[in-house]
Amino acid sequence: MNWFLNTLGTSIGKKLMMAITGLGFCLFLVAHLAGNLTLYAGKDAFNSYAEHLHSLGAFLTVAELGLLFFAVVHVTSGAILFYQNFNARPLRYSANKRAGGRTLGSATMPYTGFALLLFIIFHLINFHFADKSHTTIFQIVSSAFANPGYVIIYTMAMIVAAVHVSHGFWSAFQTIGANHPKYMPFIKGTSLIFSIIIGVGFGFIPIYMLLLT
Amino acid sequence: MTRTINLTLKIWRQKGPEFKGKFETYNVRNISTDMSFLEMIDIINEQLTLDGKDPIVFDHDCREGICGTCGAMVNGRAHGPEKGTTLCQLHMRHFSEGDTIVIEPWRSRAFPVIKDLVVDRSALDQIIQAGGYISVNTGGAPDANTLPVPQEIAEKAMDAAACIGCGACVAACPNAAAMLFTGAKVSQLALLPQGKPEAAKRALCMVRKMDELHFGNCTNEKECEVECPKEISIVNIARLNREFMKAGFFSTVP
Repeated sequence: MNWFLNTLGTSIGKKLMMAITGLGFCLFLVAHLAGNLTLYAGKDAFNSYAEHLHSLGAFLTVAELGLLFFAVVHVTSGAILFYQNFNARPLRYSANKRAGGRTLGSATMPYTGFALLLFIIFHLINFHFADKSHTTIFQIVSSAFANPGYVIIYTMAMIVAAVHVSHGFWSAFQTIGANHPKYMPFIKGTSLIFSIIIGVGFGFIPIYMLLLT
Repeated sequence: MTRTINLTLKIWRQKGPEFKGKFETYNVRNISTDMSFLEMIDIINEQLTLDGKDPIVFDHDCREGICGTCGAMVNGRAHGPEKGTTLCQLHMRHFSEGDTIVIEPWRSRAFPVIKDLVVDRSALDQIIQAGGYISVNTGGAPDANTLPVPQEIAEKAMDAAACIGCGACVAACPNAAAMLFTGAKVSQLALLPQGKPEAAKRALCMVRKMDELHFGNCTNEKECEVECPKEISIVNIARLNREFMKAGFFSTVP
């Protein structure tokens, strides 16, 4: 096992953990978005989606623990990378100019990541750990988004998520070594489209719910 | 007719590794636009020498973009704003009358400043020493084509081998990572039959050495490939990642 941890502990190993957990989160986002879209079909559809999801029982618990493990790995490696990269240039340049490689997403990765961590904690407290004994999940969601403050926070957070994903998605492929002249333009295009789908798909739900009330 | 321009230069001056450096401002007049950037510093240095002052120390050797010795940040860009050129290939015609130019050394924990614009890049040599070679007994030259190499592979290896080790990738990287350098040096050998027997050991040793020297971690910002005077692609970083994973997870090399 020593060789395994040594390999994961290198700069490439840490990046590999970021890439694999990050791609895992991308898959999770797809499933989460697909579920959330049932909100557009109305109260009953959304409640029955939630019911079906919770009827998975042990599978759901395993999936949740898996996500938690991925989150711990992603956040810990990200924090170590951020610290090491910050330390790799003790004296900064006085003149800074981008050469054209950096994007909004790549330049803000640690900051959007930290903002998303805070948002996810906030989000879990709001919905996941909310008391559901006397109410349905639809009521919780609709009463939360009746408050414009919540709508603003959630929509902003989804814009941040889209920016984070716009770099994270293609970057994960580069890190696992999947850079091929035939596929890279497709992967980069997918990255951009995927981030827009995430931003618009999730971001419009709070606005729709506010308009509904 | 030769055009001349007047410039304001802000140049990093530092007496030695232990000294604190600072920017000094020089107003230079009548700089010919036909001059190279280094020739312009030569002109300033002649005046500084005549004035009994310390000339600005900078690295340079071939002055034709093939040796990898020169290099500095010019207005925040490694080797200046032109694409695919080293600092010695930058010419004053790319600047305008009255411009202010900020010139500072490569900045990285792994590249301590020796004096003024000169940094110690021996960290890159240490990465090479960790595995950037092949171990063969040199006998007589083998007959041509005894080791067939497809043209496409030879081209890719040659593209990677174009690296002159100037350090611009490290300097331009927002994380001061040396992944483009290490990626190129691993790739040029891993692609060819002569490099394959030691590929696993090479990838592991060079990456471990790179980490040990406190270079940063690659976050795929792509600034390196834009600033590389030899236009080496980050495809080589992806290849390094593949070689490293193959070596780390599937080879018997510890």
